[in-house]
Amino acid sequence: MRYTLINLFYKVGSPLRQMVRRTMAFFRRLTRRIEDAVFRFFPWLAAIFTFGALLFLIGHILVNGIPYLRPSLFALKYNTENVSLLPALVTTVFMVLLSLLIAAPLGLFTAIYLVEYAKRGSRLVRLVRVTAETLSGIPSIVYGLFGSLFFVSWLGWGYSLLAGTLTLSIMILPLIMRTAEESLKAVPDTYREGSFGLGAGRLRTVFRIVLPAAAPGILAGVILAMGRIVGETAALIYTAGSVAQIPNSLLASGRTLAIHMYALSSEGLYTGQAYATAVVLLVLVVGINALSAALAKRIAKG
Amino acid sequence: MRNMLKFQLEDVQLWYNDFKALHGVNMDIEEKEITAFIGPSGCGKSTLLKCLNRMNDLVEGCRITGKLLLDGEDINATQDVNRLRRRVGMVFQKPNPFPMSIYDNIAFGPRTHGVTSRLKLDGIVEKALRDAAIWEETKDRLKKSALSLSGGQQQRLCIARALAVEPEVLLMDEPTSALDPISTSKIEELMADLKKKYTVVIVTHNMQQATRISDKTAFFLLGELIEYGETEQVFSMPKDQRCEDYITGRFG
Amino acid sequence: MRSRFDRQLETLNTMLIEMGMQVETAIAASIEALKKQDTILAKKAIAADTEIDQQEKDIEAMCLKLLLQQQPVAKDLRLISAALKMITDMERIGDQAADIAEISIFLSQAPYVKTPEHIPQMAAATAKMVTESIDAFVKKDLELANRVIADDDVVDRLFDAVKGDLIKLMSADSSSGSQAIDLLMIAKYLERIGDHATNIAEWVVFSITGKHEDAAGSEG
Repeated sequence: MRYTLINLFYKVGSPLRQMVRRTMAFFRRLTRRIEDAVFRFFPWLAAIFTFGALLFLIGHILVNGIPYLRPSLFALKYNTENVSLLPALVTTVFMVLLSLLIAAPLGLFTAIYLVEYAKRGSRLVRLVRVTAETLSGIPSIVYGLFGSLFFVSWLGWGYSLLAGTLTLSIMILPLIMRTAEESLKAVPDTYREGSFGLGAGRLRTVFRIVLPAAAPGILAGVILAMGRIVGETAALIYTAGSVAQIPNSLLASGRTLAIHMYALSSEGLYTGQAYATAVVLLVLVVGINALSAALAKRIAKG
Repeated sequence: MRNMLKFQLEDVQLWYNDFKALHGVNMDIEEKEITAFIGPSGCGKSTLLKCLNRMNDLVEGCRITGKLLLDGEDINATQDVNRLRRRVGMVFQKPNPFPMSIYDNIAFGPRTHGVTSRLKLDGIVEKALRDAAIWEETKDRLKKSALSLSGGQQQRLCIARALAVEPEVLLMDEPTSALDPISTSKIEELMADLKKKYTVVIVTHNMQQATRISDKTAFFLLGELIEYGETEQVFSMPKDQRCEDYITGRFG
Repeated sequence: MRSRFDRQLETLNTMLIEMGMQVETAIAASIEALKKQDTILAKKAIAADTEIDQQEKDIEAMCLKLLLQQQPVAKDLRLISAALKMITDMERIGDQAADIAEISIFLSQAPYVKTPEHIPQMAAATAKMVTESIDAFVKKDLELANRVIADDDVVDRLFDAVKGDLIKLMSADSSSGSQAIDLLMIAKYLERIGDHATNIAEWVVFSITGKHEDAAGSEG
């Protein structure tokens, strides 16, 4: 009696258990496939989203701005009829060049000193690094306030190109210093060893071997700084002012493109021209980026 | 025929901060010979090699005492370390060509030491590449980046680069340990030629390489020079038991 | 650190010792066969020689494998190269013992005309040399090896004595010529065995000191 019961159990139970096993395996595979699909879906979705947002932004600006791109917008003298952006463009270019002229060499040489000459881990190095990191975190309007209080009021320069330039220089200095430092550190020590082994001094090693190798990275930092300058508004409103004329001296006031756009849109009457200004700004930024990418590639090759 | 002594080391001791890496090394290195430094990891052989061209100066916290003479002059007393490094060249373990053209790599040394004439540089570059047995492979691509060469070629390029400044001594720190057997044997053959004109000191982990190419071998252990003599004698009848244990592989 | 290599060296050592034992067996058997005119012992000696030939091949293969795989230096290299040379001499000793045994089988068909007195002495001295040279290798005994090398002179002098005996024998009794010549050949084989034993001892000295001097005193 028991014998047949056990027999039955194995005869019926065994294929039953096999079925259960097979079903469980199937569900396991299914869940894994679902997992795969889900995890592939989300990055794809994120990419579409990001790209879409960018496309929408650019599209919106182009659509609304291009109709207003008229030659009168580029007249030499600004008046309330043409609301020309040329003075602002010229001012922007001045700003970029002057600020970089001051901040880039300063930042670069500081970075060179920190990486190549200073003793690793010395107090000075740590102090400079902490200072730079703090500075880079300060919001730009605070810089604007400082610039306004110090350059404009205390030194008595008034709203001027000089005040704006110096304020911007202080702002982008930590940025340039940091990227330059990283680029220099990224150059492998083996290059330096090889150079020293041949009897080259430190100066020659830095300028002939390390700097060229770090150039692409340093340039990238400069581009970043340029982008920041072009887009800066808060700091400049309080220092360079917003006069819509081509500045004729360093102490003259002038507005940059970003401020011009702000001014136009805040007045409410020239939204179209504001969009047009945005288009010009975009073109400028894209142009800067493309130019420097090409430059960096050429340096990296040669 | 007894050669002149190129290096004379007297009681050389070296500290990295508090760690004593070399304990009183005494040895003479003869010129126009290949001397091999062997020993287990951390025994100080690379450290001693780097003393010979003062590359240890680049390491912070490094202190040296004792006499280290090159042709009778104390190399640590002189201020002009660049001139020393011109006379005593170095080839490193991993090939490290500069990210420039082959021509510029070789010309870097001579340019550093004042050679500007294009004609002269051309001649120096060709001679250096020939001496390093890599002229045929590179003469048509001198302007191409040095990084486009294979590992073995890059190492020979580094040797050519070191030879371009016309040194008297060539220091080699495990020059073939990162290379395949064919490149290794090409470089070993090269070394047999090099010793006719240069004094060569090589650090190696490869015992067979030491027996193949070196005239003298020095065995180091924990910062001390344990045994130093003709290579054949050191490898067939070592005088010190520790040396015998190391070369027969009885301790790692 | 190189335990596999050490195990292989031990195996090599054991194989050499076993070959040495076979060599001793071969000589002892052939000399006894000669004395007692015992064909069974003689056949034993010849069988031992076959075994010795195989052992030589085995040890040679082992040594070549070790040279290839382990690239030995210093004392390991000396040991392995000494082994390669010693087995050659040991194999020749085996051959000579077999030759002696074959002649003794032939000689056993008729009783000896006269037992030449120096042959047993020579045989004993030679057997002692072989045993001691192998002992010197096993015990790494430098002194013993040097004594074996010196003993070769004794065997050489005994050979001259045997020659004298046999010349006297032949001039006294012309019918003993065939036996006398066989006995001369045996004596010659014994003298050759002595030389080979000397060679073995010289290689033992080499494996210990790294110097190889042959009997003439010049460095090899």
